[in-house]
Parts: sequence; structure tokens; C-alpha cells
Amino acid sequence: MPLFWKLLCGVWVAGVIVAAFLGVGPAVGFRAPEAARILFFHVPTAWLAVLGFVLSMLHGIHYLHRRQLEHDRCSAVAAELGFLFCLLATVTGAIFAHVQWGAAWNWDPRETSIVALLLIYGAYFALRSAIDDEERRAALSASYAILAVLPMLFLIFVLPRVVDSLHPSDTVQSGGMSPSYRLVFFAALFGFTLLFVWIYRLRVGVERLALRREG
Amino acid sequence: MTTKSCSSATASSGWVGEAGAVFWKDLRAELRSRYALNAMAIFAVTTLVVVSFSLGPQALPPPAVAALLWVVLFFAAIASLSRVFLREEEAHTAAALRLAAEPVHVYLGKLLFNLVLLLALDVLLVPLFLALMQARSGNLWLLALVLLLGSVGLAGATTIVAALIAKAAARGALFGGLAFPLLLPLLLAAVSGTRRALEGASCAAAGAELRLLVSFAVVMITASILLFEYVWSE
Repeated sequence: MPLFWKLLCGVWVAGVIVAAFLGVGPAVGFRAPEAARILFFHVPTAWLAVLGFVLSMLHGIHYLHRRQLEHDRCSAVAAELGFLFCLLATVTGAIFAHVQWGAAWNWDPRETSIVALLLIYGAYFALRSAIDDEERRAALSASYAILAVLPMLFLIFVLPRVVDSLHPSDTVQSGGMSPSYRLVFFAALFGFTLLFVWIYRLRVGVERLALRREG
Repeated sequence: MTTKSCSSATASSGWVGEAGAVFWKDLRAELRSRYALNAMAIFAVTTLVVVSFSLGPQALPPPAVAALLWVVLFFAAIASLSRVFLREEEAHTAAALRLAAEPVHVYLGKLLFNLVLLLALDVLLVPLFLALMQARSGNLWLLALVLLLGSVGLAGATTIVAALIAKAAARGALFGGLAFPLLLPLLLAAVSGTRRALEGASCAAAGAELRLLVSFAVVMITASILLFEYVWSE
């Protein structure tokens, strides 16, 4: 990644952290208004967990089309990063759920989805480690990554309509957030996505070098 | 690809015939050894007895009965449904089957076989389960419908996972781990639907659950048909 983007990422994320704690006031309407600041970090991690998952699937489709091992490595790297952010999202979510709703875990549809995502990532890595042949591992794990998208679609889009959710999914879209909160929120989304891209490109570079050395 | 070139030839002979042939082959092999059937039955009955025995004589409320029923069904399915592809690998007949039938037809045949196994399990297990759990029977039609649709979805998702892990190491433990996240939406809808059935709700009241079960089965089986060629040719 060019130096400009690295510098921008560092300054931007630092700015977001400062703004999250000093730039905006406590959020009204929450049980613990000060604790609501966690949403600037919780929502981006959840978004990156999903981004890693989707990237992994897209590289899986690429692999099945082109049969280039590079795509398989990209798929695995995206899954690794997605798993990391999925863990962070689960932990930050449980902390905030404990503060806001009184219990760390309620099996609300969003919580179910994030657990499903964690289990899918776990199964994906277990599958990868159980197959020795490199090309077979690539094809089978790509197939699993594609297949695993389908239950996620159900959990994210269908389930919240069937079961009541505690998550305020409409607040962001319908403008329920105050302008200053919204600004920091989207800045945080952008900053963390930039960080994700940076780590991703570094890891993919390492995998490319490893591939070149092997073959 | 050889599968592409022969697709027109087999299209005339009919995909039903070929998938049916795969199904009959598996069914006859199964009836000869009864391996999967016995393993599934003994596993399901043991689990059921363990659950009933640990609970003692108390009757549980419908939500708990519905959850336990699907836990037992899920694990019984995990214990036996991976056999369809493992058998081909162990007997070294997978290569011959690859030559003999198109991938999609192999999948459909295996899916049908697993579905028949699951329905046999339902017929055996559910009456026993309800009797031992002292559950009120509620709306039996709705219960049968939820079990049928749930079994179709369960068979659809587990068959492709069974194909995925047929060549992996430590596949026994992998099968459950890989299948469970895929089955989460199905289990949620099936448990909820079963609970409604046990409470005696009408079929219309469980409309959301039934729609979810149908759409899950359709989506899973369609995706499996599209992906199976890549999994099977590995």
C-alpha cells in the first residue's frame, strides 16, 4: 500500500478514537449513555467480519473458475481476518449487551448471526487443516465458503423479520442518529475498513511470496 | 470436461432414471448391510433413552420438548448421513460412479437416499419420543409437515457436506462441525414450528416457520446442485 494511505489510515483511526471519546457527547436514550460510544468500534468490527466472509466467498468463486492457488490463499487470508474481527465483534457486542440489556447473551437474531459466522469460520479452518492435497483443499474449502453464505442470508435478512430483535437496525438508515454521531460513525467505518485493507494486502503479499518460493 | 459432453446423451435417457439408479443402488447396498440404518436407529434410541432417563418422570413444557427432539434428530442425522459418500471412498467405487453417472444425478440420488433414511428415522423416533416425554400430541398434521420439511432441508444440507468431507481426515468430527452452522436457520424454524405443533396451533399460525423451512430446503438443494460438480470431481 502506498505510504500516503498508510499515513492516512494511522491518522484517521487515531482521529476517530479521539473523536469517539472527546468529540461527541453521551448518547441520550441509552441505559448507560457513556457506554454507547462502543458502537463506533462494535459496528465496524461486525461489518469487517462480514466483509472478510464475503471476500473469502468471492475468492472461492474465482478459484473454482480459474484454478489459481493465489485465489485460494486470498480466500484463506480474508477468512483469517474476518475471524479476527468476528471475535472482536462478539466480545464488544457481549460487553455492550451486558451494559445495555442486562445480560451478555440473549440469542437475539444478530447475536445468533455472529455466532453462526464464528462457527462457519471455525468449520472453514477445520476443513482446511483436514485436507492435505493443496488443490483439493482449495476446491473444497472454496465450495464450503460459498455454501456457508446461504444460511447467513437467512439469519441476517429473514430471521429478524420472524423474531423480534433487540438491535436497532433502522436507526442508522432512518436518521435516528444525531449528525455528530453519524459523522464519527461513518468515519470509524471508513478508518477500520482502511485498516482491514492494509492488513489484508500485507498478508496476501506474504502468501504470494510463499507460493512463489514453493513453486 | 467429459461431464459436459455427455450431458446431451443422458438428457434423453432422463435424469430421473439416472438419479433413480443411484438411489436404488444405495438402497440395495444399505438393505444388504443395514449399516447406516442400524447405526442411526441405535444412536437415536440411545440418545432418547439417555434424555428421558436423565429427566425422570417429569413432563416438560412444549418448548423444551421441541428443542430436545431436534437435538436428538440432528445428532442422529450427523451420526449416519455421511455414510453415502464414505462408502464410495472406502469401497473405492467413487471413480466408477464418476464415470457412470453425471454429478448432478449422483447428488440427487444420494439426497433421495439420505431423505428416505431421515424419514424412516422420523417414523421410528418421533412417536417413541412423544410417548416417553409425555408430550401432548397437539396438532399432528402440523408436526408431520414440520418434520417432513425439516427432513428435506436437513438431508439437502448434510448430503453436500458429506460429499465435502468424504476425502478429509478426521471426518467424523468434521461432519457435525461443518453441518451445524449451515443448519442453524433450519433448526431455529423447525424447533419453533414443532413447539407450535405441540401447543396445538393451526397450520396457518405456523406460516412463517413453514415458509422458512420450504425456502431453506429449496435454496440449499439448488446451491448444492450448482456446487456439487466441483466437490465431486475433486
